[in-house]
Amino acid sequence: MSDTHAQTVPFVRDTMLPQAAPPAGQAGAVRWLRENLFSGWVNTVLTLLGLLALFVLVKEMAPWFLHSVWNANTLTECRQIVADRWGPDATGACWAMIRERWPQFLFGFYPSNLYWRPVTALVLLFVALAPVLFPGVPRRLMVFSVLYPFLGFWLLWGGSIWLPVVAILGFVIGYAVWRVLQRRSPLLALLGGIVAALVWWLFLAGPVNEALTSALPLGLEMVRSDRFGGFVLSLTIGVAAISLSLPLGIMLALGRQSDMFLIKTMSVCFIEFIRGVPLITLLFTASLLLNYFLPPGTNFDIILRVIIMVTLFAAAYIAEVIRGGLAALPRGQYEAGNALGLNYFQAQRLIILPQALKISIPGIVSTFIGLFKDTTLVIFVGLLDPLKGITDAVRASTDWKGIYWEPYIFVGAIFFLFCFGMSRYSMHLERRLKRDHR
Amino acid sequence: METIERAIDPSHMKISDEIAIQIRAMNKWYGQFHVLRDINLTVHRGERIVICGPSGSGKSTLIRCINRLEEHQSGQIVVDGTELTSDLKNIDTVRSEVGMVFQHFNLFPHLTILENCTLAPIWVRKVPKEEAEETAMHFLRKVKIPDQAHKYPGQLSGGQQQRVAIARSLCMKPRIMLFDEPTSALDPEMIKEVLDTMISLAEEGMTMLCVTHEMGFAQAVANRVVFMDQGQIVEQNTPREFFNNPQSERTKMFLSQILGH
Repeated sequence: MSDTHAQTVPFVRDTMLPQAAPPAGQAGAVRWLRENLFSGWVNTVLTLLGLLALFVLVKEMAPWFLHSVWNANTLTECRQIVADRWGPDATGACWAMIRERWPQFLFGFYPSNLYWRPVTALVLLFVALAPVLFPGVPRRLMVFSVLYPFLGFWLLWGGSIWLPVVAILGFVIGYAVWRVLQRRSPLLALLGGIVAALVWWLFLAGPVNEALTSALPLGLEMVRSDRFGGFVLSLTIGVAAISLSLPLGIMLALGRQSDMFLIKTMSVCFIEFIRGVPLITLLFTASLLLNYFLPPGTNFDIILRVIIMVTLFAAAYIAEVIRGGLAALPRGQYEAGNALGLNYFQAQRLIILPQALKISIPGIVSTFIGLFKDTTLVIFVGLLDPLKGITDAVRASTDWKGIYWEPYIFVGAIFFLFCFGMSRYSMHLERRLKRDHR
Repeated sequence: METIERAIDPSHMKISDEIAIQIRAMNKWYGQFHVLRDINLTVHRGERIVICGPSGSGKSTLIRCINRLEEHQSGQIVVDGTELTSDLKNIDTVRSEVGMVFQHFNLFPHLTILENCTLAPIWVRKVPKEEAEETAMHFLRKVKIPDQAHKYPGQLSGGQQQRVAIARSLCMKPRIMLFDEPTSALDPEMIKEVLDTMISLAEEGMTMLCVTHEMGFAQAVANRVVFMDQGQIVEQNTPREFFNNPQSERTKMFLSQILGH
C-alpha cells in the first residue's frame, strides 16, 4: 500500500490487517508511577506533600500503638508499665482493658453462666445465612434458615420451648388455610391465611402455650431484655431488622408503583412519614408513647419494640432504593412479561424484581450498613449499646476511669469488620449476578 | 426495492373461513388524543397481514390492543372467540394464545436464552421443566441458534436476539403471532435472518399480523396489506393491488415516499 498517496481517490484494500500487539514500554509500574503520581511539577509537589502528611501521621500515632499494654488490671497500672518501659513522657494504648472487659462488650449484662446461648445463636446464624447468601450451599439447608428466627429467639431469651413452637404453628395454620382456599381465589386465600394466623396468635396461641408448658415444662432459663447489651444487642436488633426490612421494603416499593389508589396512597404516606422523622423520634415513640396506646398492663418487650421501629425505618429507605431499581427497568420488560401471559405476581417475581433488586444492591446494602450502625442509638431508650452504653459502664468503674480512646477504637473496629464484610459481600453479589458484556 | 428470493409454497398457506381476530368499531384515546378511530378489521385463520403507514399512524397501537398491552375505550375486539374486556381472566386467555415480538426484542437479560424460552411455558402453561426445555430447544433449532441456548441475551447479536424472541413466543404454542416492527432496530445485515425466520413461520400457516416497513416482505409473504394513517385504516388490499394500483391519494404518496428511491 506504500504507493497509495493522498491524491489518488480510488482505493482498494487487497490484504486485511491482522491484529497487532501494542508497542513495547506502554505498560508497567514505572509508567504507572509517572502517569499517576509524577505527571507534572504540580502533581509531583502534591505527591510529595501527601507522602509527608502520611509520614507525620504515622510518626505521631505509631508509638501509641507500639507501646500497647495487654497485661494490666487497672489503667494506673497500665500507665505505670508504659512509663517504666518507654520513659515518663511516653504514651501507649492500654488494651488490657479489653482483655479484662471483653465479655461485657460482647454480652452486656447477660448472665455469664449462659454465655453459651448467644454464642450458639451466633454460630447457628452463620449456618442459617449460608444457604441464603451462597448458591453453592445445598438448598435443603433453607429449612433451617426459615426455622432459625424462632430458634435464635428461644436461645437468646429462653423460656418455654412451646412459645416458638406455637408461633411457628401460626404460620403453618395460615399456610394450610391459604393452600385450601388457593383453588377458589388467590386474593381470598391470602386474606384467609392472614386472618387464620392472626386469630391463632391473638386468641389461641396463649392458652395452648400455657397448656403445653404445664403438661411438658421444657425450656431454658429466661433472660430479661434489660440484661442484653453490647454486640449481642446490636446483632440481635441488626440481624432481625435487616431480614425483616427487606421484604417489607419490597412490598412498599411495589405498593408505591401500584395502580390501586388506596395501596399506593398508603405506601406513599408511610414512606414519606417514616423518612421525614429522625430514627430517635421513632425509638422514643417505641419506648414511651407506645405504652399509652396499648391496653394497660401489656408488657411489650422493649427490644421487640425497637426492632419493629428500626425495621419500619429501614424499610422506608429500602423501598425508595428499590423504586429506583424498578424505574431503571425498560417498560419493555413489563410488556414482554404481560405478552407471555404471566400474571402480576409472576412477572414481578420472575422478571421485574430479580433485575430491579440487582440494580439496587449497592443502595440496599448501604441502607443495611446504616441500619446496623444505627443500632447504637438504642442507648437513648435505655438499652446498653456497645459504643456508649458499655463504654460508659467500663469507664465508670474505678479500675478504668479515664480510659478514652481504646474502647471506642475497639468497638469501632468490630463495627468496621461487620460493615466491611457486608460491603464486600455486596460487591461479590454484584459480580456474581453480572450478565452482560462478559 | 429488495426482493426476497424465496419461493413460498402456497399450498400450506391456506386461509380458512374461521375468524381469528374480529375488531369492530374500535376507538382509542391517549388522554384527549384520538389515536385509533373506528377500526374495523377481520383476520381469518392463516392470514398474513402486513400493517404499514407513516410513523404515528397508530399501527403499533393497533396490534398492541390485540393482546391488551393497550386498552381500547370503545368498540369490540374478539380474539379466538374471547372478547377483550377488563376481565383479567379473558386477558390472560388471549395473551397465552397470542405471541408477540417487539421492536427492541425485550428478552429478559438476567435469564439464559433457554430460560427465556421456558419461563412462560413453565409458569403459565404449567408444563414440566424437561418438556418445556425440549420444546424450547426444538424452536431454537428452528430459528437456527440451538448452540446459544446457555448464553445470556447480552452476548448475542441483535438478529440472534430477535430470533430468540420469536422462539420464546413460539414456545407458548400461540395460534396468532403479532410482530411490532421486528426488524426496525436491526443492522441491515441482520434483517434478512429475521425475515427468513418469519417467512418460514408463514409457510407453516401461522396467523400473522406484522407492522413493518419491509415492503419486500409484504410482497413475498402477506396476503393482505393494511395501510393506516392518522389512526384510521385508509386502504387494504392484496399486496399486488396495493403496490401496483393504490387507490387513495394518501397511499400513493406514502408508496412514492418509500419506494421512490
